[in-house]
Amino acid sequence: MSDRLSVRKTYKLFIGGAFPRSESGRSYVVNDGKGRFLANASQASRKDVRDAVGAARKAFGGWSGRTAYNRGQILYRVAEMLEGRRAQFVDELHATGLAKPAASDEVDRAVDRWVWYAGWADKVGAVAGSANPVSGPFFNFSTPEPTGVVGVVAPDSPLLGLVSVVAPVIATGNTAVVVASEPAPLAAITLAEVLATSDLPGGVVNLLTGRRAELAPWLASHMDVNAIDLAGVAAEDVRELEVAAAENLKRVLPPGISDWSAEPGTARLTAFLETKTVWHPVGV
Amino acid sequence: MGDAGEVSTETLTSGPELRAFLHGLPGVDQVGADERAARLATRSIKTSAKAQAIDLAISMVDLTTLEGADTPGKVRALCAKGAHPDPSDPGVPKVAAICVYPDMVATAAEALAGTGIGIASVATAFPSGRAPMEAKLADTAMAVADGATEIDMVIDRGAFLAGDYLKVHEEIVAVKQACGDAHLKVIFETGELVTYDNVRRASWLAMRAGADFIKTSTGKVAPAATLPVTLVMLEAVRDYREQTGRMVGVKPAGGIRTTKDAVKYLVLVNETAGPDWLTPQWFRLGASSLLNDLLMQRRKLSTGVYSGPDYFTLD
Repeated sequence: MSDRLSVRKTYKLFIGGAFPRSESGRSYVVNDGKGRFLANASQASRKDVRDAVGAARKAFGGWSGRTAYNRGQILYRVAEMLEGRRAQFVDELHATGLAKPAASDEVDRAVDRWVWYAGWADKVGAVAGSANPVSGPFFNFSTPEPTGVVGVVAPDSPLLGLVSVVAPVIATGNTAVVVASEPAPLAAITLAEVLATSDLPGGVVNLLTGRRAELAPWLASHMDVNAIDLAGVAAEDVRELEVAAAENLKRVLPPGISDWSAEPGTARLTAFLETKTVWHPVGV
Repeated sequence: MGDAGEVSTETLTSGPELRAFLHGLPGVDQVGADERAARLATRSIKTSAKAQAIDLAISMVDLTTLEGADTPGKVRALCAKGAHPDPSDPGVPKVAAICVYPDMVATAAEALAGTGIGIASVATAFPSGRAPMEAKLADTAMAVADGATEIDMVIDRGAFLAGDYLKVHEEIVAVKQACGDAHLKVIFETGELVTYDNVRRASWLAMRAGADFIKTSTGKVAPAATLPVTLVMLEAVRDYREQTGRMVGVKPAGGIRTTKDAVKYLVLVNETAGPDWLTPQWFRLGASSLLNDLLMQRRKLSTGVYSGPDYFTLD
């Protein structure tokens, strides 16, 4: 009966806290689980990668300089916003082919995963760092520090997988350039809307949608990216990206997880940390 | 736009004559100038043309440090960078000049000896220009005596805006005399001149007073150099050469930070004044952070991967 025109969302990129279209002006068709048209998503180019890395680098000083406690608070705020958009995420996952109850379950897990990593933000320093006993009149501390700008090639699990690779990277103070799942990028852009409205400074997370094979090599070879997470890369493409990443000695986290609902552990949290050891004279 | 064909170019000696001449210049179509500059800025310069443009832009840079915190060490470091912008690649051209405050000229002259790089010094109470005439001339003479090969003077914007064109004219003539063999660049501070008409008038005023270069801004006032303002100045130097046969250079300064910006200026020069101006002798870019971006883009073209600021010197 309603003759209202439908108002559809334009899915764009998320760079530096803004939602630009791809510099190239391209887009690609995203289909649902049954192969029916769902939406057009932006098809990012290498220049979008460059811009995103620039934004992430700019944001790194401020984000890594915040107290871990404050980062934890902001991440928890993200979880609150995620919870507020439950219905939207459930619909979006349902559209990719998941049954309603399964989609609902997946969103629950994603929110819980985000809360779990938010809690780790101010604890990882105590767990991964140490006060070292040394023979001499010194205090000796080892503290974990963020690596820098981390490139993330997200897995195809549209929400839980994405959350599981993004949250640990930023919880420890890194900034991220994320290439979303190629077949299921829509939930990633909705997640970007959540991030944009939850006190997360612009540029801490930058999300690109498009062809993985086109974007990943630029991310892997970029000299201003300090680490790369290859979670969503197919086994046969890993070697080439590792070679490209070796040029500036990036930390590389190879793919390996296929079941994202399993207990995550702290491996991803500590993968993008560097340890700084400081000697301080006692009694000065 | 922009021809002053009907007006006489013989020396005008009285205030009213000068005023009549400058106000007789045709007005600038502001919307047209903005539109033309914006249109030219959309040109796409890629691959080998881009590589050429980057090298040309590097050779046109007046590498500048004009801070209260400048130290001799910083000036020497900047001079070394100007001579070898990218030490890992000897193919990178050297910059056109190093631009410093007058008291740093001697340091720069020592560091640049034998490199062929110009030593530019700001003078005449830069950036405000608010000082007695004697002080301005002494400022200039001492910079030249210390070894400056180029002097960047600021005009008295107060006098210009009050309509006292003769005073501005006489000041430029006097400073030009104090310069001796050094090239004189005249800074208008276009951000304070308000209208494009004023920019055109200031351009003609400075060129007739003997300026070798006209320069947009000090870099201390926003807006600094913009494309339309540079367009108006390029039209002025083009028309001036048509009438008198003398070539005057142009130098936009301030706010030019990216390779893309620099290439836009080069397109503007080529399309407005013509290719004769596309050399470091007639066109300069006053900048500091621009050089690193040019070097990063240059390395991207030569290696095929994006570079980062970690691999270039801080300045």
